[in-house]
Amino acid sequence: MHDVAKHDDSKGQYFWVWGALLFLTGVEVWLGYRQIFEPVRMLEVLLVLSVIKSALIIAYFMHLKFEKAIMRWMLVIAVTGCFVIMYFFFFPDADRILRLGVK
Amino acid sequence: MADAAAVQHGVPGEYEAPLFGAYSKKVGMWLFLASDSLTFGALLFAFSYNRIYTAWPTPFGKESIINATVMTACLLSSSLTMVLGVFAAQRADRTWTRLWLLATMAFGTAFIILHAMEWTHLIHEGLSLPAFPKPAGQLNSEYTKISTGVPQFAATFFGLTAMHMLHVTIGVIYLGVVALRKWFLPILGGLWLAGFLLIPSDNVFHYLVNALLIGLVVAAIILFLKPKDYDAHDVEVSGLYWHFVDLVWMFIFPLVYLMSTKI
Repeated sequence: MHDVAKHDDSKGQYFWVWGALLFLTGVEVWLGYRQIFEPVRMLEVLLVLSVIKSALIIAYFMHLKFEKAIMRWMLVIAVTGCFVIMYFFFFPDADRILRLGVK
Repeated sequence: MADAAAVQHGVPGEYEAPLFGAYSKKVGMWLFLASDSLTFGALLFAFSYNRIYTAWPTPFGKESIINATVMTACLLSSSLTMVLGVFAAQRADRTWTRLWLLATMAFGTAFIILHAMEWTHLIHEGLSLPAFPKPAGQLNSEYTKISTGVPQFAATFFGLTAMHMLHVTIGVIYLGVVALRKWFLPILGGLWLAGFLLIPSDNVFHYLVNALLIGLVVAAIILFLKPKDYDAHDVEVSGLYWHFVDLVWMFIFPLVYLMSTKI
């Protein structure tokens, strides 16, 4: 039987992660109001912050950091690969349809 | 439980160690979440595409952003209480497990209520879809022009947030089943009845609240056909689902709200 994921059980780190997530949310709201970037750049910056936040949630709250390496890598590579395919195949194709029209 | 049976009756070496070093329920939930992330990924890509290539309106004022920020704080706090619930379950502390799960459900319910209030406000202001009932005394505002001029805005906004709200609702029901088991059924039934009777028929949630009835039927089937005492594994697996709901919102909040902020 495989126990529930065992790891460093100091609860303090989860409060730190929670604080970091709230802080990053505050940064996002501040950036949203300041509008210091043009929309495409803003989209990129917000996406980078979202990826950092989601990495914290996946690693600590979802405990993936404490799973076996094969499980970590299988999940990360599979999901990231699918998103890369979506980005590099679907996005340009949608753009092509918009610019050229459906033939 | 299959894992428990393997321990009680197994001969050392009889069972091959699992490839991923985790029990099957956890691997199953991870695979489901991976596939579900692609559903949200497709919706977010569609949203981003429209956002970039369309003259996108920026109607969300201070009130909407503050509301969405509070909703985000609710979800982040619910993830913390969920982690504490998992720890309590690992200690076999039933009382605290139940309390932390109830706290998580409370944050999730607060998120749904705030979201529903915001939807109702926006629909009343004129941001709507053709399928939605028209509320009495609907205003003719900036949102009405957006609904007709840039229909992609309302479609992507309601599509993305409805999908997420559905996931949060399923998550609350899931945690309710794990925390309270059959005791949760009358509570869920009462919530559905109250929502159905109290929400006026010109409000879209008069119809959407029926999702609770579907949840009630599914939960009842599960609880009566396979009654069990949910253990630390079940709490951890339900936590994975809950954190995923939180994770998805980390993308929806900046993309849908902050990218449409009115200055």
